[in-house]
Amino acid sequence: MADEPAIDAADLKLLPLDALHRRLGGRMVPFAGYAMPVQFPTGVMAEHLWTRAHAGLFDVSHMGQLTVSGAGAADWLETIAPGDFRALQPGRMRYSLLLADDGGILDDLMVTNAGSHFYLVVNGATKHDDIAHMRARLPSGIALVHEEGLALLALQGPAAAAVMVRLGVVSEIGGAPAVDALKFMQAGPYVWNGVRLGVSRSGYTGEDGYEISVAAKDAGQLAEALLADAEVKPIGLGARDSLRLEAGLPLYGHDLSPEIEPVEAGLAFAISKRRKAEGGFPGAARILNALLDGTARKRVGLKLDGRQPAREGAPLFAGDTQVGIITSGGYAPSVEAPIAMGFVDAGLAVDGTALEIEVRGKRLAATVVPMPFARKNYVR
Amino acid sequence: MRYYTRDHEWIDVDGDAATVGITDYAQGQLGDVVFVELPEPGRTVEAGKEAAVVESVKAASEVYAPVSGTVTEANQAVADDSSLVNSDPEGQGWFFRLTLSDPGQLSALMDETAYKSFVATL
Repeated sequence: MADEPAIDAADLKLLPLDALHRRLGGRMVPFAGYAMPVQFPTGVMAEHLWTRAHAGLFDVSHMGQLTVSGAGAADWLETIAPGDFRALQPGRMRYSLLLADDGGILDDLMVTNAGSHFYLVVNGATKHDDIAHMRARLPSGIALVHEEGLALLALQGPAAAAVMVRLGVVSEIGGAPAVDALKFMQAGPYVWNGVRLGVSRSGYTGEDGYEISVAAKDAGQLAEALLADAEVKPIGLGARDSLRLEAGLPLYGHDLSPEIEPVEAGLAFAISKRRKAEGGFPGAARILNALLDGTARKRVGLKLDGRQPAREGAPLFAGDTQVGIITSGGYAPSVEAPIAMGFVDAGLAVDGTALEIEVRGKRLAATVVPMPFARKNYVR
Repeated sequence: MRYYTRDHEWIDVDGDAATVGITDYAQGQLGDVVFVELPEPGRTVEAGKEAAVVESVKAASEVYAPVSGTVTEANQAVADDSSLVNSDPEGQGWFFRLTLSDPGQLSALMDETAYKSFVATL
């Protein structure tokens, strides 16, 4: 059997919860420069289904947590990303894109208006490039800080809100919503057991849930307290990937890259209405043209016949003609079928279109289907 | 007599006929197996070269032929229910049977004791 890449421990950074993951039997693999748990002893399938039915705890401390502050911070963010950050209210967050000058996607990120500053979460594998890109464009008077002392946990699943309430997570500010009254894409400062938490109702699984920013030194006791709840189990990167794929959420470095602009990626919603009217973000000419004229290719969801999955890189065919490529694929435990995401010629990016995916010389039948593959359960 | 490879395949040999599968260690590393691509009877396989593919939720992994030979049977039970690879990898979860073309190749493989020591180092 083919081996997975061995961990060269010397080159890998350790997560703040490294010891806990190992104690829980997590199988550690290299990811984004960190040793990370790909699965725990129950395995990817059970972890995936548990998260959809109860609550899963994910350690996503490899992701980059940044703050941007200073007069004009919103205006500056609008020069690097296409969101309407001037109109983003305190306690609200929005999905956005870090764009290259040609409109290609350098990263996808979450931007929260934290009142006194903006709080950004960027992908782990791209965080150092993102920071370099931002620093090169940073005017005097705006401060960009990489908050390396913070861990990031995600609690995802239908039981997440009840777990947070049982744990005793309370708002730090009088009059702010109780943790279970936060709405999807709202955020705020909370406190648990004297520990300050930055909590948002958000995630990457298609389920209700929270992302919790906490000082790395306090992350262990918070994780242990969450795991002490019978509804919570630890979840690895394997299930994180299968959950986000079912939710139709793209993964940077696979479904998104500098060669892909937002419109063909199906992310036009990340370009705020005012920005569409005014432009002024990197690649605006190309992206606004794509909005008007359409794109040559589009990101689509695919459901495969049979049980055999197709993986990233597999070519898509209509008859003898290659019409696209798979960018993410795997077995979907909640759909109980193999599913995939990929880019196809725009004329074929229509629900119900029958295509074929070539895997090891064989053609697998697949159908273009709407995403998400599994119903989203956000609390709006 | 059962032999093992460093790539975590096992081969159970009876004369010039043999049965091949992956070890319990291998299935544990793979996690939930969702699909197995097995070789067609009549196909010749070469020692150390790909003979089957096992797909977990997460990834595809090649399974190598421990020795060279001609495939005589693929395990239909595993084709129908790939979870047998997880539940009984060294029994009902076998992959294929073959006729050995060079039984001398077996001397390059490990016996159970040697394989267990090898796994203990991983």
